[in-house]
Amino acid sequence: MKKETYILKIYRGNPGHQYWEEFELPLRPGENVISGLMEIQKNPMNRKGEKVTPVAWEQGCLEEVCGSCSMLINGFPRQSCTALIANYIRDTGKNTITLAPFTKFPLIRDLMVDRSRMFENLKKVHGWIDTEGSKEEGPGPLISQDKQEVMYTLSTCMTCGCCSEGCPQVNKRSKFIGPAPISQARLFNAHPTGKMQKSSRLRPLMQEGGISDCGNAQNCVEVCPKNIPLTDSIAVIGRDVTLQALRDVFSFPDREQ
Amino acid sequence: MKKLQEVIVVGGGLAGLACAMRLAENGLRVKVVSVTKVKRSHSVCAQGGINAAMNMKGENDSPLIHAYDTIKAGDFLANQPPILEMCLAAPKIIHMLDRFGCPFNRTPTGHLDVRRFGGTLYHRTVFCGASTGQQLLYTLDEQVRRHETKGLVEKFENHEFLRLVRDAEGRARGIVVMNLFNLKLEVLKADAVVFATGGPGLIFKMSTNSTFCTGAANARLYMQGMHYANGEFIQIHPSSIPGHDKLRLISESVRGEGGRIWVYGDSSKQIETPKGEMIPCGTTGEPWYFLEEMYPGYGNLVSRDVGAREVLRVCEMGLGIDGKMQVHLDVTELSEEKQHKLEAVLDIYQKFTGDDPRKVPMKIFPAVHYSMGGAWVDWPAADDLDRQSRFRQMSNIAGCFNCGESDYQYHGANRLGANSLLSCIYSGLVAGDEVPRYLATVESCYEDLPESMYKEAVEIEELFKKDLLSRTGCENVHVLHEELAALMVSHVTVRRSNVDLLRTLNQIKEIRERYQNIQLDDTGVFANQTYQFAHQFVSMLELALVMTKGALLRDEFRGAHYKPEFPERDDAHFLKTTIAKYAREEPEIFYEPVDTRHLEPILRDYTVAKKVKPSLKNIPEHIQLPL
Repeated sequence: MKKETYILKIYRGNPGHQYWEEFELPLRPGENVISGLMEIQKNPMNRKGEKVTPVAWEQGCLEEVCGSCSMLINGFPRQSCTALIANYIRDTGKNTITLAPFTKFPLIRDLMVDRSRMFENLKKVHGWIDTEGSKEEGPGPLISQDKQEVMYTLSTCMTCGCCSEGCPQVNKRSKFIGPAPISQARLFNAHPTGKMQKSSRLRPLMQEGGISDCGNAQNCVEVCPKNIPLTDSIAVIGRDVTLQALRDVFSFPDREQ
Repeated sequence: MKKLQEVIVVGGGLAGLACAMRLAENGLRVKVVSVTKVKRSHSVCAQGGINAAMNMKGENDSPLIHAYDTIKAGDFLANQPPILEMCLAAPKIIHMLDRFGCPFNRTPTGHLDVRRFGGTLYHRTVFCGASTGQQLLYTLDEQVRRHETKGLVEKFENHEFLRLVRDAEGRARGIVVMNLFNLKLEVLKADAVVFATGGPGLIFKMSTNSTFCTGAANARLYMQGMHYANGEFIQIHPSSIPGHDKLRLISESVRGEGGRIWVYGDSSKQIETPKGEMIPCGTTGEPWYFLEEMYPGYGNLVSRDVGAREVLRVCEMGLGIDGKMQVHLDVTELSEEKQHKLEAVLDIYQKFTGDDPRKVPMKIFPAVHYSMGGAWVDWPAADDLDRQSRFRQMSNIAGCFNCGESDYQYHGANRLGANSLLSCIYSGLVAGDEVPRYLATVESCYEDLPESMYKEAVEIEELFKKDLLSRTGCENVHVLHEELAALMVSHVTVRRSNVDLLRTLNQIKEIRERYQNIQLDDTGVFANQTYQFAHQFVSMLELALVMTKGALLRDEFRGAHYKPEFPERDDAHFLKTTIAKYAREEPEIFYEPVDTRHLEPILRDYTVAKKVKPSLKNIPEHIQLPL
């Protein structure tokens, strides 16, 4: 009996020189995109039978909590560890699956891109709670179960970049910061201590590339592997940014909530 | 004005970030080196929670009972003073994380919620859903980013540590790193280096570890003279989902919330209980909750080594589900509220298997999970006379510190569930305070040292790179890796025998020989991951020898180290720490006594559940905790 196989069609290469290459691989139960790439790594032979260099990609936890293995799979941004081959074959009726690197970030090689910008953006939105550090004493503030639930959901963002990749407003001509850091601003502003630096998260989002650059395409919430309510976050922060702008003109510190 | 002193931290998981944060708070300049974005470090994989005895449920829990449980779970192999201090500091660590905004689960009144975990009878595990490690890591990542914007921390992400630079007196003075995007080598200079590089799961290829966890950093240090302790103690977690790329962890918290392990019973078969009685294997065709029957006290929450061995034993009797090496882990009868608390982990199961664990029982099997062993580090206790002249978390190489999973210190022969996140943060903070103490004793600064010292170190690495990239043999490094992993999984995990261990030792050496004859499929200088792995593999082989030889020489049964031909713990001969020192042919092994000053070794028994009020002896009057 002929062994069942599938094909990974990969858009690979270096900046300025990218091309498609196909690899035919045995289909094992539970096979995912990563286990396919690992097979290629072990024996990098393309479909034409030519010995080629192994495909470079990023990976880490392989259970969708680290955010490393983002790529475009059949054109859709997602984590490749949870991309099960059998599901793709079932859903598309085809045994070829395409893999391509993200397009909104500088290409390193093959499926690897440099997502450093995502982490720089966390600095811009003051993505932390100001504290006296580890030497201070005592517990944190009380937090209701409802609030914890929201904070936890927002805090599962693994900076994978899928939302930026899916967003039409994130492109070479725009400075849009993207959905993830806006949602992080919401997270820290929700915390009783974090709230005290609310304005230092909202003001950067008033600038060019901030909240007003969102075009409301709502792709971000479609592609987020963690189901983070990104469009809600953008709505919440949009409102807060407007209020902050008014406050900056009319308010006094002792009248702040 | 005196220039700020500089320290390098290699590794950006919980331990590395806790250390970097503390160093910055202590006014030092820190360079953090990581093979990935620190936010992607393996700490994100920890699911269940972090232990701290805060007595949140009125059970009269206390840090001393936590210390007792930890010492007992480790089968008395761990030195006791560091465990005592870690458990005393635990509640303060939780408070710190809480102040930093970590989204811990809450009670209806807004306080921290706690759950039960394995190896204890108390509710003392604080958690964030079922992705606690991810949330703790993010919390520290945020604080480190705060210090980064102040200029106190500089990150070198996508850089890999290759070599320690040591001065004429042998002290650590910097490192050689490789940029993983372009393979360029670089020297980073400092007067102390802290390693927090995690575990070595990839030596077994398939484990619950992230693909970053090769153990190569520690292994490279070992080859440069750092002592490696208790390497033979590898924790096998009872529950994971099998896969081709990795074995995905199903957290112990699933059982902590009430998940039950079972197989279909077969009353025609008999099994020996821990008390030595023969009992039938349940009722034929009915679910048989074998852990609950054999360990009525702890039930599904027995210590991990015990759980993993029993699952294996039951499967080997042919009772595995569908005749395979797998058992059921069942949460179908849990309330919706409890299932919700486990959402993250249940989702992982569903994503990778297609089955909804809320409706059908999961199928799980044990997997390599954690290394209790690691870098040997020093620990002068609070009331030791030489406390001030020695440095905690410092390896045998002066100025080279080690913390987190990559040190050996807190878990003995088996780690208590939900103690890993605690030990990572605690040891990181301790290192962050000990480094400045050490620096105060170092008179010269790296700037005064000859540049040639750094040049030579880079040269060694340049030559090796040239050599590796130009080899034209017939061996494939990935195939060699699979062969190594097959040996290690078969012979150096749940059950060990001297015949197999001796053969494995020799076979690893053969793989080492064959490695000389490799050829890389990629010889480019751009993001060449084959080269990166081939470089790691050299040292991984040496660490595999350390694990295997340590296991071979330890003729007893203790914690995770189970050797049926020696079925008892043998305190008279083996209540001692294994220490491996690098030698070209195979590791030299020597031993050091275990510090049991607080609690005399007692029998480790999980069959009865009796809450004891342990009395720990010789507790120092003045313990100065980092918090």
